[in-house]
Amino acid sequence: MNPLTDTDALPPETETPTENPTVGIDQTAGNFSYDVNYEFDAGTGLNERTIDYISSVKKEATWIREFRHKALKTFQFMPLPTHWATKDLENINFDKIRYYLSQGQKPKRTWEEVPDDIKKTFERLGIPEQERKFLSGVEAQFDSEAAYSNIKDIVAKQGVIFCNSTQALREHPEIFRKWFGKVIPTSDNKFSALNSAVFSGGSFIYVPPGIKVAQPLQAYFRINAENFGQFERTLIIVDEGSELTYMEGCTAPKFSTSTLHSAVVELVALKGAKIQYITVQNWASNVYNLVTKRGLAHEEAEIKWIDCNLGSRLTMKYPGVVLKGRKARGEVISIALANDGQHQDTGAKMVHAADETTSTIVSKSISVGQGRATYRGVVHIPKHLKGCKNNTECDALLINTNSRTDTYPAITVRGDQHAVQHEASVSKVSEEQIFYMQQRGLTEGQAMSLSVNGFINDLARQFPMEYSVELKRLIDLEMEGSVG
Amino acid sequence: MHSLQITDLHVSIGDKKIVKGLSLTIKTGEVHAIMGPNGTGKSTLSKAIAGHPDYTITSGDVFIDGKSILAMQPDERARAGLFLAFQYPSEIPGVTIANFLRAAQQARLGEGEELDATAYYKKLYSKMDLLKIDRKFTSRSVNEGFSGGEKKRCEILQMAMLEPIFSLMDETDSGLDIDALRIVADGVNAQRGEKLGVLLITHYQRLLDYIVPDYVHVMWDGRIVKSGDKSLALELEARGYDWVKQELALASA
Repeated sequence: MNPLTDTDALPPETETPTENPTVGIDQTAGNFSYDVNYEFDAGTGLNERTIDYISSVKKEATWIREFRHKALKTFQFMPLPTHWATKDLENINFDKIRYYLSQGQKPKRTWEEVPDDIKKTFERLGIPEQERKFLSGVEAQFDSEAAYSNIKDIVAKQGVIFCNSTQALREHPEIFRKWFGKVIPTSDNKFSALNSAVFSGGSFIYVPPGIKVAQPLQAYFRINAENFGQFERTLIIVDEGSELTYMEGCTAPKFSTSTLHSAVVELVALKGAKIQYITVQNWASNVYNLVTKRGLAHEEAEIKWIDCNLGSRLTMKYPGVVLKGRKARGEVISIALANDGQHQDTGAKMVHAADETTSTIVSKSISVGQGRATYRGVVHIPKHLKGCKNNTECDALLINTNSRTDTYPAITVRGDQHAVQHEASVSKVSEEQIFYMQQRGLTEGQAMSLSVNGFINDLARQFPMEYSVELKRLIDLEMEGSVG
Repeated sequence: MHSLQITDLHVSIGDKKIVKGLSLTIKTGEVHAIMGPNGTGKSTLSKAIAGHPDYTITSGDVFIDGKSILAMQPDERARAGLFLAFQYPSEIPGVTIANFLRAAQQARLGEGEELDATAYYKKLYSKMDLLKIDRKFTSRSVNEGFSGGEKKRCEILQMAMLEPIFSLMDETDSGLDIDALRIVADGVNAQRGEKLGVLLITHYQRLLDYIVPDYVHVMWDGRIVKSGDKSLALELEARGYDWVKQELALASA
């Protein structure tokens, strides 16, 4: 691969990828791919030239190119966190991953402009036509770049900026630069460093003061090329007294070799602002899903993460909130389903850094077959604060005796003027319960699916309608496949 | 008319033989009662017919309309028209009665067919009115925290909604006070008719005062040892199971 120095240069002819992703449609939902001619392809492996290549294609400013290079060094220097995390991380072959792919097209403003093959993919993902009308903006990332981006006039008129990170760097550098990498520093962990080096795509949202965005903004992410890591970077800033709900959903086609998804999501809620960030994702069972998500809540601000993890080979994700201002509130609601061969290592981080801050963690995990679910939680309340509250609840559901669940809650509370509660439970779907449901005419898969949906019902009810429907559909698919 | 035919059925749990050659034919429109002391294999019989995985049928067969159901999964048997009212119904946390029954109804439809929600709720509410069940009941999780009476009423409601051809009712009277027993019996009687065959499994004759059977069978040590009409139940009540035991001893002597 030749490094590009001229920012206006297109990649030479030789850069055309020789291999395209597997062609053909699998009948299993989320388990398919379409033939796409990638116009830009950074090839496999990661070094300084990869960074230059990405930066050049994106026509980036010098500061961000330098930021990427610095991040690469940090990534190379940092060890894998296998002293506490699973050794399975060692199976990631960083040399075989494609770090950048793009069709080289600008984000589309109208649905009509979106290429047909991409539309087909979205249809297959089940984003219903009529739903699009209700969404204030759809930013769907197709591989590295946003293939489709639309904000309805009403949101734009309110002064809300909603675009992808590449565009934001070009068009809104002053806001972007102010907060970028401030909530999650490059060196937070090895994978945040990796993302900082090669990030591409992801959403940028800025909501000006006093604006309540009535409808949720939405994005769908997918991995479409074999050995192709997806490194989206999302930065959301909600200014004083404003409110925003953001939703992301992911499904990915199934490939036989490992695929890496490593995103970084930073949220900033300024004084009195509210952010709700909802994720429902269903990665193919060969994907490493290693995501860093954190929000910074200023005075009286509120950040709520709703995080549903299905699929993937290994998911490591602990959405967090740094409660920086007085009376700030943080909440993490997470649902994880670990099926055969899957490990969901999820949880939450709550860092109390001001008086009278409140945090809530509710985690529900389901382990099926050989599936493994791990909860890791960190709650930190330092000594000098007063009037802080935390409530943590972890419930695990086991389906069949081979599955495994672990809970590692780390709650550090110093000082004596705080209130902390922790509850944990493990329950099982018994053979008797399945038989009872089967006796009413449900198949074994339907019975398990209904049990699982019942287990998470109180959480799913808090989701927007279409997401709880989608979650239920994904659980149905998972459970049907798990009957053996 | 439909028939449920059990022929020379032998059932084991692990190595233990429980049902040892039982034959019985039930037709729609009929109510059969099986009585017998505890541990004689009554509940085992009903669970084995329904296809519980812990119960192994070592020989014999069970037919619905001449077709063996033994190779069918429990859910296939259910969809073929077999209903088991459980003695100890399972709790399904987080799943409301309304959703559960809806899923069960949906499972009976063909691929791509969608349940008519309006018609479903109309039917559900009319059945509940019939069984004198408060409408708030349907938003409670199935059997979770239910009293004994509520659990049994929930079973009867499910039976009313799923409209089976054959219903096996396992100790439906156990744990019920007299008022609850009457309500449950009324529910069963309301469903009684040409379209339904019932097998009532009970320890006490008390239930049979409310649901009057056409046939009464006495089960002993895994077999039916005596059959008759309603009067047999009364005789049993008066003379106790020891009477059957003595008769059996005499017969084999």
